[in-house]
Amino acid sequence: MFVASSWPAKGVLLLLFLLLPLSGYATDAPEGIVIDVLSNHYEPVVFDHELHVGVAEDCSTCHHHTTGTGTADSYCARCHSNEAEQELVSCQDCHLADPFSAAAINVKSGQDLFHVDVSGLKGAYHQNCIGCHKEMDGPTGCQDCHARTEEGDRFFYSGQFAPPPAEDSGH
Amino acid sequence: MLSPAKKALAAGNLAGFPDGMGVLVDLTRCVGCRSCEAACNREQGLPAPDQPFDDYSVFEQSFHGGTQKRRPTEKAYTVVNRYESEASDKPIYRKIQCNHCNEPACLTSCFVGAYTKTPEGAVTYNSKVCVGCRNCMVACPFHVPAYSYSDPIDPVIKKCIFCYDSRVKHGMPPACVEICPSQALIFGKRDELLKIARQRMTKDPAKYVDHIYGEHEVGGTSWLYLSGVPFEEVGFDTSLQQEPIISNVKDFLGTVPMVLAIWPALFTGFHLLATKGKGDHHDHGQAEEEGEDS
Ligand code: SF4
Ligand code: SF4
Repeated sequence: MFVASSWPAKGVLLLLFLLLPLSGYATDAPEGIVIDVLSNHYEPVVFDHELHVGVAEDCSTCHHHTTGTGTADSYCARCHSNEAEQELVSCQDCHLADPFSAAAINVKSGQDLFHVDVSGLKGAYHQNCIGCHKEMDGPTGCQDCHARTEEGDRFFYSGQFAPPPAEDSGH
Repeated sequence: MLSPAKKALAAGNLAGFPDGMGVLVDLTRCVGCRSCEAACNREQGLPAPDQPFDDYSVFEQSFHGGTQKRRPTEKAYTVVNRYESEASDKPIYRKIQCNHCNEPACLTSCFVGAYTKTPEGAVTYNSKVCVGCRNCMVACPFHVPAYSYSDPIDPVIKKCIFCYDSRVKHGMPPACVEICPSQALIFGKRDELLKIARQRMTKDPAKYVDHIYGEHEVGGTSWLYLSGVPFEEVGFDTSLQQEPIISNVKDFLGTVPMVLAIWPALFTGFHLLATKGKGDHHDHGQAEEEGEDS
């Protein structure tokens, strides 16, 4: 039987109250996210989620229709205007890290017309981020967000791997 | 053995392979980072470039008195160029490589049969068979095949092969597509890519000119392009015919065995034709000039 006056039970109740809002949107959002899909050529990016929560107008600026905060994109809004918060909200839940694998391409062929053109993870990041960064004066150069690794320098023939300067380019 | 494209042709099928793959290039998304050039270099084991791949001064380079920007070479199967257009306040970047034609003129022009159009869409070549005659260089409407001078004993043609051997054959995207940060390049079935391209134009009509370059040009190409500015302003040859180039020579090819038999009579005919046709060729030179930069 529930005994309201017992301190431990009160403690549990209090805890429940504290926890309740945390299960709502945004507050259970991570503070930072490590993005390392390009770790071969670039150092991982620590994405400051908390900072972006403050900067973005609302969650739907990045999360489209999955966070229960309305839908910023009028194209998505045609079907998803009043959606509740969904279980899958992280970028990679919908934007595949490997969007051009044979399996992904087959799935895509069976997709309805509205979702055949969902970007892969890297494309989604760069398309979404760079536009906004330009408007808001955020970093836009490749290495402003992710410094290149030594392997990256080798790949680009840059830094210590740069070719010796030629006397005359253009022939 | 007939190459697949020749087989398809023999069967009267000019539409290419139904499940052929392709790449959709969206010029509005390209940021000119040149990562695709670096990826191509690594994947194809090409020699070190003259300048780093993150050196953007290459966009200033021009050749032939400023009329031509960079072109693919034997050492770089793809290059990215920068263009200015009045229709855009930002520069526009465009990646150039073999377009992997549905009915490749390079293939039909090659008399030793070095070229193959694979069912996946790639136009590949066998360098062991190539005799270095450079017919394909002349035949290609996009001026793609480059000639390797580095080995004087065994000169061969070199060009983008859609990463066929190492990737596309195994169901993987080409290296340039995989590396592209902004997904200006997407890989998929050509049919699906056309759908996606049309959908992007419908969704945002103000963003794109109303044309998918490569849908019909020279009978269609595996590589397709969307642009926000008129295609001719960003180095595309918009004067190309819609029919495969093979159509021009198909009838001629059929008559080749006969040629030997009626040789003298034919020559007289050719001579007559040549004299009669004089003065009829005024637009030829212009097409070539425009083609330079396509
Ligand atoms: S673009 Fe040129 S080299 Fe490539 S398939 Fe077409 S004709 Fe051949
Ligand atoms: S990697 Fe993509 S964005 Fe970068 S230059 Fe090539 S096509 Fe353009």
